[in-house]
Amino acid sequence: MRRKIVITEKLIEHLSWLARIRLTEEEKRDFIKDLNRVLEFFNEIDEVNVKNIEPTTHTALLTNVLRDDVPRESLPLEKVLRNASEKEKEYFKAPKIL
Amino acid sequence: MPKHIYELEALELIKNIKEGNLRVYEVVEEFLERIEKVETKINAFITLRDREEILREAKEKDEILRQGQAKGILFGLPIAVKDNISTENIRTTCGSKMLYNYVPPYDATVIKLLKREGAIILGKTNMDEFAMGSSTETSFFGPTRNPWDLSRVPGGSSGGSAAALASGEAPLALGSDTGGSVRAPASFTATVGLKPTYGLVSRYGLIAYANSLEQIGPMGRSVQDTALLLNVIAKYDPNDATSLNVKRPNYLASTYNVNDLHRKVRVALVKEMFEEGVSKDVALIVKNVVNKLVSEGFLVDEISIPIIKYALPAYYIIAMSEASSNLARYDGIRYGFRAKISGDWNEVFSETRKEGFGKEVKRRIIMGTFTLSAGYFDQYYLKALKVRTLIIREFKNAFRKYNILISPTMPTPPFKIGEKIKDPLAMYMSDVETVVANIVGIPAISLPAGFVSDNLPVGIQLMADHLREDLLFSIAAFIEKLTGLRNLIAKI
Repeated sequence: MRRKIVITEKLIEHLSWLARIRLTEEEKRDFIKDLNRVLEFFNEIDEVNVKNIEPTTHTALLTNVLRDDVPRESLPLEKVLRNASEKEKEYFKAPKIL
Repeated sequence: MPKHIYELEALELIKNIKEGNLRVYEVVEEFLERIEKVETKINAFITLRDREEILREAKEKDEILRQGQAKGILFGLPIAVKDNISTENIRTTCGSKMLYNYVPPYDATVIKLLKREGAIILGKTNMDEFAMGSSTETSFFGPTRNPWDLSRVPGGSSGGSAAALASGEAPLALGSDTGGSVRAPASFTATVGLKPTYGLVSRYGLIAYANSLEQIGPMGRSVQDTALLLNVIAKYDPNDATSLNVKRPNYLASTYNVNDLHRKVRVALVKEMFEEGVSKDVALIVKNVVNKLVSEGFLVDEISIPIIKYALPAYYIIAMSEASSNLARYDGIRYGFRAKISGDWNEVFSETRKEGFGKEVKRRIIMGTFTLSAGYFDQYYLKALKVRTLIIREFKNAFRKYNILISPTMPTPPFKIGEKIKDPLAMYMSDVETVVANIVGIPAISLPAGFVSDNLPVGIQLMADHLREDLLFSIAAFIEKLTGLRNLIAKI
């Protein structure tokens, strides 16, 4: 049986943290409204009986594509670093983690 | 009166260049002039290449031609490319502030193939941000306008590519289609667009939105031009693990293969796709085309696939889930926008994504985060994947009996700019006819079926079984002959 799920401010804040997207107060309010409607729309699939049905993750008509593990030329460092907003020597510069 | 160069179909341009009737330089120059004239009204491009650089390339091509060294089936042809396909040294933004300054260090496989065949890239076309939209209104760079009615949307998310074709700014274009993003704008602009079988065209270098659903697709103003472009881009590519290593037929040849089709091809209308939410005008126009097929001797049945009702919610659950995972890469560290704040990793990461993403992208990431999160995964994401299995099963069943399934491409004619953008669900509903082909992984094409009130285009969608693009092109070419709706350019 399906549980009745409601997207609350607390849940939006949790999702915003998981997704690492800070939301403004206005966005939070809008998203609670929007996402509860979207959820209702998602709930339509509750009606479908999927007992003993396997999930399909892709339709590529392929399984287990393997290749030989051969080293290949990679992009030159200069090109790789070109788009970084901050860099130092041969490295991307990231904010502190600890 | 002779046509303007920009009014010629891609195949005509290529032929005239090859035979020496037109120089590459004058062709390219005319398209640049056309762009200059109409682009301020249309906003089809996010980035145009430097004029001098393009003209230099054209001159070089003329010189190669003069020396008899011209190679490639698109030799000298200008082409527009959707801005989520990586182009080396040409800015690629995905219609987002997040990538407003991103210049890819490599070419997507399809771009390599275009260059190998001698095409000249004009620029990168406008799109919904990260391809998330059906109207090209969510672009950070402003909406694209429909050349047939500037107050209306061109469809999306490949709206820039379609509008460039319908306004004569480019003779051929690339789009991408995750849930209808090539076909919707084709329908809304009276052009032709194909979503290929999943795995037919390499996704290497296509910036991911929902990778189990999307394909790069060819767009043109005629069925033949579209087939020609598929010939160029449909190649096996070891750089894409989902690329199919199968023999590809000559799709352009399929467009000539129209004799006795009514004896070989079994056609069905899908009942549900003409009902709920489909405007009467649209259903009528598409059925008129079907009646023409009947007059030509086709036996057309009507079939019911009730599970199609669940395709749209299943699609959005899968697409948003994949999006939330794919777009986790935008951290502002290696490329793209980075918020100017100091703080630890999580603070900078969260602020970068707050400022860098637009509202619809945030909405989808948050929703996808929800459907993938502990406690909800089984009920939404996993269940949607199972519904997907059932939908595939039903369609495979249908294809045992029928070769082509017909429906409208869009449930309505082009809508007004601003009409649906404030109501996400209303916008999602406009994908009701197109998402099923992505869920099943089958090819689908949209071509013009007619117009509502003289200037609002309506498209007809044909779907076929996996890898039967050849059949789609044969029937589409036949329908194009019946309707006479080919190479249409809007008066602007």
